[in-house]
Formats: sequence, structure tokens, C-alpha cells
Amino acid sequence: MTLDTVTNAEKTPEADQPWAELGLKPDEYARIREILGRRPTGAELAMYSVMWSEHCSYKSSKVHLKQFGEKAPENDAMLVGIGENAGVVDVGQGYAVTFKVESHNHPSYIEPHQGAATGIGGIVRDILAMGARPVAVMDPLRFGAADHPDTKRVLPGVVSGIGSYGNCLGLPNIGGEVVFDACYQGNPLVNALCVGVMKHEDIHLAKASGAGNKVILYGARTGGDGIGGVSVLASETFDDAKPSKRPAVQVGDPFQEKLLIECTLEIFKADLVDGIQDLGGAGLSCATSELASAGSGGMRVELDTVHLRDSSLSPEEILMSESQERMCAIVEPGKVARFLEICEKWDVIATVIGEVTDGERLEIFWHGEQIVDVPPRTVAHEGPVYDRPYARPSWQDALQADDANKLARPAGGDELRRQVLALVSSPNQASKSWITDQYDRFVQGNTVLSHPEDSGMVRIDEDTNLGVAIATDGNGRFTKLDPYTGAQLALAEAYRNVAATGAKPLAISDCLNFGSPEDPDVMWQFAEATRGLADGCLILGTPVTGGNVSLYNQTGDVAIHPTPVVAVLGVIDDVNRRTPMAFAEEGQLLYLLGDTKEELGGSAWSEVVHSHLGGLPPAVDLERERLLGEILIAGSRDGMIDAAHDLSDGGLIQAVTESCLRGGKGARIVVPDDLDPFVFLFSESAGRAVVAVPRSEELRFNDMCGARGLPAARIGVVDGETIEIQDQFTIPLSELKQAHEATIPALLA
Amino acid sequence: MARVVVDVMLKPEILDPQGQAVHRALPRLGFEGIADVRQGKRFELEVEGPVDDAALARIREMAETFLANTVIEDFSVKVES
Repeated sequence: MTLDTVTNAEKTPEADQPWAELGLKPDEYARIREILGRRPTGAELAMYSVMWSEHCSYKSSKVHLKQFGEKAPENDAMLVGIGENAGVVDVGQGYAVTFKVESHNHPSYIEPHQGAATGIGGIVRDILAMGARPVAVMDPLRFGAADHPDTKRVLPGVVSGIGSYGNCLGLPNIGGEVVFDACYQGNPLVNALCVGVMKHEDIHLAKASGAGNKVILYGARTGGDGIGGVSVLASETFDDAKPSKRPAVQVGDPFQEKLLIECTLEIFKADLVDGIQDLGGAGLSCATSELASAGSGGMRVELDTVHLRDSSLSPEEILMSESQERMCAIVEPGKVARFLEICEKWDVIATVIGEVTDGERLEIFWHGEQIVDVPPRTVAHEGPVYDRPYARPSWQDALQADDANKLARPAGGDELRRQVLALVSSPNQASKSWITDQYDRFVQGNTVLSHPEDSGMVRIDEDTNLGVAIATDGNGRFTKLDPYTGAQLALAEAYRNVAATGAKPLAISDCLNFGSPEDPDVMWQFAEATRGLADGCLILGTPVTGGNVSLYNQTGDVAIHPTPVVAVLGVIDDVNRRTPMAFAEEGQLLYLLGDTKEELGGSAWSEVVHSHLGGLPPAVDLERERLLGEILIAGSRDGMIDAAHDLSDGGLIQAVTESCLRGGKGARIVVPDDLDPFVFLFSESAGRAVVAVPRSEELRFNDMCGARGLPAARIGVVDGETIEIQDQFTIPLSELKQAHEATIPALLA
Repeated sequence: MARVVVDVMLKPEILDPQGQAVHRALPRLGFEGIADVRQGKRFELEVEGPVDDAALARIREMAETFLANTVIEDFSVKVES
């Protein structure tokens, strides 16, 4: 067994290296040689290969993501922007909130339970690394067809993984989405969001500064988890006497993570760290190079001091290991003893593995011999950038010409009734309680709203009742029809959902799930979607605080629908003023806010009744969304509306059904004179919500809408135990409830 | 009736939180000298008919597709009389 040291690499410039097996392109390998002025050592090659991977370097997406900074709206609330572990937003009263949504798609397909569980673990550590206490999680999920056998393997595993990891940590799961579509069959999307709370002065950043400061690795021991491609390298450089196949999957330990959270928060409180970073993808390679790159000096690490779970690990493997529940901190020498003491108290292993130097290199040693000597920026922040070719797909025009507005429509009340029942019982529109009931939604006692409400809401101050609301949305069908508009629709829906609960939207995070960037069709979808999102954020005044890009979600030539998932964070001064979705008071008046047009492209109706995807998605008017949001927030604050539900998938009838079932009360609805009953019930025009107004507030509410220029039509009243669409049909609530709630358990339980 | 035993263990490089918890508890209870603990599962299958190559092949298939999660676990099959 020979160690590939820097000296060795200088002496053997022509040695064969497995750069192709590690996923590097010829020109990328050539660039590494150029940067170093010699061939890389095995350890350096391992570091560059993972840090220059699509997942870590954003090499295909960077040129498009720039817009989120360039077009960012002026926003005083933004305390920390893109580029850190997560963005931080000022929510008033001295509080700051940090939130981020990330993908864990590929691991969750291979091993659903552990993949989804470690997805939660990773995003929680990102939030923790900013200095915040994690307070809630959410999971936007996409699976293949609901009745496909593999969905029955993947979905229960993912749900149990999310449930068990989150429940063990004591974090409420306050929302998310579950969507089924055959396009996600081999590529389920498992996105995870975490939100954390801190005081302004507690914000911490990922940088290593101050020569002489110590680098401390703490948390779980390092094992051979998730090394994947590096085993190629290990078997090239070393003898074959080691475990041959390193699994690409990691197993997490939520109880270790809980200790890590409490330990880290106590360390923050004692003011012991200068910089901090969690260990996620690319493990120590990522943490050391990013900390050193963002700081002022260099870093020297003694890799053999790392606590190992498996003593046979090579230095390359230690650098690449994605063992869970680990953090890396930069600590002044005088504070190290206290730091280690706190770790010991929490039963967390901590080791000084190196120190910040006044040089400019990241230097890593193995038993005294140097195996890495690189400029850290070239590893972490100055990787390759590709402006990949993109072009509007040749099939896009035909898809948009296949107009859903021309599909056969129901003739008469009986057929409308049947289609309504088919809609509310279809897997995508059916109740997801069977899934969300497996999550603890109320642990910690601060959950104000959770699934199936429009947004999740948690109280962050018990005395003032300050709270935050978050909603995640994304519609792959709309985005496939028109990526620019589809991304804006995702933004608009999440914004509307937050406003519907009475919270003021402040900022967004996004998880951009797409197919292969090497396909110009997919790259066009990505370029259009990011442009749409950046333009939309500028109009709504909600900056992007960070997020994640997941590419290569495709099997063979078939990519998933482009699926940008948008999370909007809002603030509410007093959670007692929140607006729930339930129609609970008989006699309250139902108002439809916004304009209903004939917009059925990509709609749930076109999917359920015709298995159709074509035409154009609903038009977006973000100024209107903003106005609708202001009305919903003012109505909530001033007690003018008692319930609100946004209109999105499935249109008005879906929203009314959900609100009636939630409140256990029926409704009598009159179709407005100027609308066709079918369009009224099923159209998915954006910028709409249905609200319940107490009779005593009707005048005031109407005046407000009139004065602000928001169309508000009185469409009915909360009443009885049926949903009656006058002159069309009547369905008992019991029948709707059965239809809405039986589907998912029948498919998956 | 013959008994076939299938032992399922987490792969060596996979984290084993249960085994770690047991390992941490041992010294507290006065059991010294144990360097590491890994915890696994044991299945005892009572086989109808002869345990021939065909029967063992079926059991291996059973272990691979159902008893063990081969993404993170290894298994071994042995015959007990």
C-alpha cells in the first residue's frame, strides 16, 4: 500500500489516474493539472472530482442562477443572502428566520427510508449551521403513478424515513405536498425544507479566519458511508483487500443529530465559534475547502486525527465520506478547552483536526506526509462553469397547440356531479392525511397551522405571538407546458397560500428539479424557469434567499416534468389572527376573489377526466397576486374574513370541498351569471381565493375590495350538510368525504 | 424438517445506531473489554421437504429480495440439521 503524496505526484507525472471513472471530463482533469502545475494526488483528485460534480459545483446552473442576485428586489428584511448554508430574513422583534429547501432525490429512490431520513438530517444541519434553532420541517414530494407497484415500495419508505427522523428530532412537520405523475416513476422527488429561528446577533457564517484558530470536527465518527465513486480510486491506488463495494447510501442516527443540535446551540450561546459549516455532500472535502475558501487565510489539516468508525478507510475515503451528523467549527485556541467540554457533556465526539494558517493553501497531511496542497478557492468556488446550449424543444409548439379548452366537457348537472367526485377522489386531489398523519405535526407545542391548511405556521415567540408561515408549491404539468409561466405559477401559488393564512410573504427558497442539463430541451426549460422565477420575485418583492438545484432526474432519454418547487416564507405579528381554511360557521357568506377565465391547460380536470396534458397553463398576473395577498392579509388582521382557501389544482370545486370537509359544514353555491358552470367549477385561473365573510363584516369587506379594485363575487353561503351547486347538482358531505379520503389508503396502506 | 438460518447484518461500512447504543451501554453495566458491537437479524426458516440446491436457491432469492435490504445489508444462508 503506497501513499500518493504530493512529492510522489511530482515524481510520477505520467501515472495513470481514474479521473474519468470519477466523473471528470478530459478538460476538467487538464485544468486541475494546470492549477496545480503537476498531476493531482489521489486525495486531491478525489476532492476535485466531488467538488466539481454537478451537485456541489452548480456548474450547469450557475449562469442562470446569477439572475436571482442580479434581479433581486430591494428588501430590508434580507440579513444573509445566497451563498451561505441558508439565507436569513428579519421577521421583526429582533428575530431572524432562516429557511431552505433541498433535494434528496437520488438516494431516496435507491433506499427510500434512509434516503429521505438523511435528507431531513442534512437540511436541519444547514439551518443549525447558520446559528438557528430548527423549529419545523416540510416535505414537497413527487412520486410515480399512484397505482404503480414501485410507488408502493418508494412512497411508504420515504414517508417512514421522514416521519421517524423528524419525530426523533422533535421537529414538527407542518406541510409540503404529495404529487403523483408517471413522469416521476424512476425519479421520485424528495425535497426537504427546514426553518430555524434565532436572534439577529446569533447569525453565524461558514468561513475560516484568524491564523492559529483551530479546526474542530465534531459529531458522529467518520465511516465509509456514501463514498460512491471514490471506491474506484481506492481500488486503483490501493490493494484490493478492503470492502469492495462502498454503498452510495448513508444511514442516519437522529438521536445523534439531536445531541449535535443541542451541543451546537450551547456552543453558540457560549460564543465559542468563529465560523461553522455542516458536513453534507462531499463531506470533509467540502467543509474544509469551503471554510478555507470563504476565509482570509489557508488551512492545515491532519487527516489521521479524524475519529473513524472503520479503521481501514483510506485518506481519500475519509475526505469523501458522507457520514451523517457531523459539523466542522473554527475556534480560537483559548476557547478550545471549553468547546471540547461542552461536546463531552453532550456525548459528542470532537477532535481538533487542524488549524487556520496565514498562507493561501489548503494543506492536508496523513501521518506527517502531505497528500493535499491546493488553493481552496479552486476546489470550492472556482470550479468549472458551463453555459450549456439550450433551445426551445421541437415538440413545445405541438404541445401548446393541443388545447385543453377544446376537450369534451360535461353535459348537464349529472355529468358535472360525476366528474366532481372523480376529481376529488383522484390521487392528486385526494386527502393526503394517511401520509401526513405519520408525521408529528404538533411536537414542541408551537404549531399553529399544519397540513392540510394552505400554509404551515409556527409561533416563534410565546409572549408576543409572533409567527412565521411557509408554503411550498410546484406544478410540473404547468411548467412542462410553459416553463417561464409554470415557475411563476409555483411562486404565485406559494405566495397566495402564505397570504391566505394571514401572513405577509417576505422571501423565498427554491428547489429546482430538472432532467439532464446535457439535453438542450431540458436546459431551455431550466433557463426559462429560472428567468420566470427571478422576474416574478422582482415584481412580488420577495428575494430568493437560497435553495438547491437537482439535475439528471431522468431515466434514459425521458426527463421528469420540469419541477421548480418554491417555498415562500411569511411573517404574522399575532398568530391568533391567522385565517384557517375551514368553513365552520353556518350563515357566513362565501366570496370568490379574482377573475375566473376559461383556463384548463394542465388542469387537474384535464388529467383526471381526459388523461390530457396540453395547451397553455393559466396566465399569471403577479400585480394581481400581490393585491389579492394584501386583501387577504388585511381581511385577516381586521377580522373581516373567518376562513380563506386559495384556488389552485382542481379549481373552485376542489377548494370548496376541502374547506367544507375541514369545517364539517356544507355550502350552497350559485354560479355567477357571466360564467359557464363547468368553467366556474374547474378552471384553474391564478390569482383567486375563496373566503368566508361573517354577515356583519360584509359591507366593510366589499368596500375594501371595491376601493382596492379586486373583483369579489358573492357566490354562496355556508349551510347544511351538502354541497349544492344551484340548478346543477347536490352532493352530501358524507359522500364527498368518502370519495376524498378513501383513495390514498386504498392504494398504499 | 430441516432448518435453514439466514443471518442479516448491516454492511460493515454502514452506521449501526443500535449496535452503538449497546456498545455504549456495556461499560455502564460493568461489561468491559468489548471494542465494538454490530447488531443484526436472524431468520430461522423451517423448510418443508428436502433442502437441496433448488430449495437453497429459492431461499437465497427470498433473502435477497425480501429478508435483507441489500442496499445496506449483507446476508448469509446456512443449513442446520
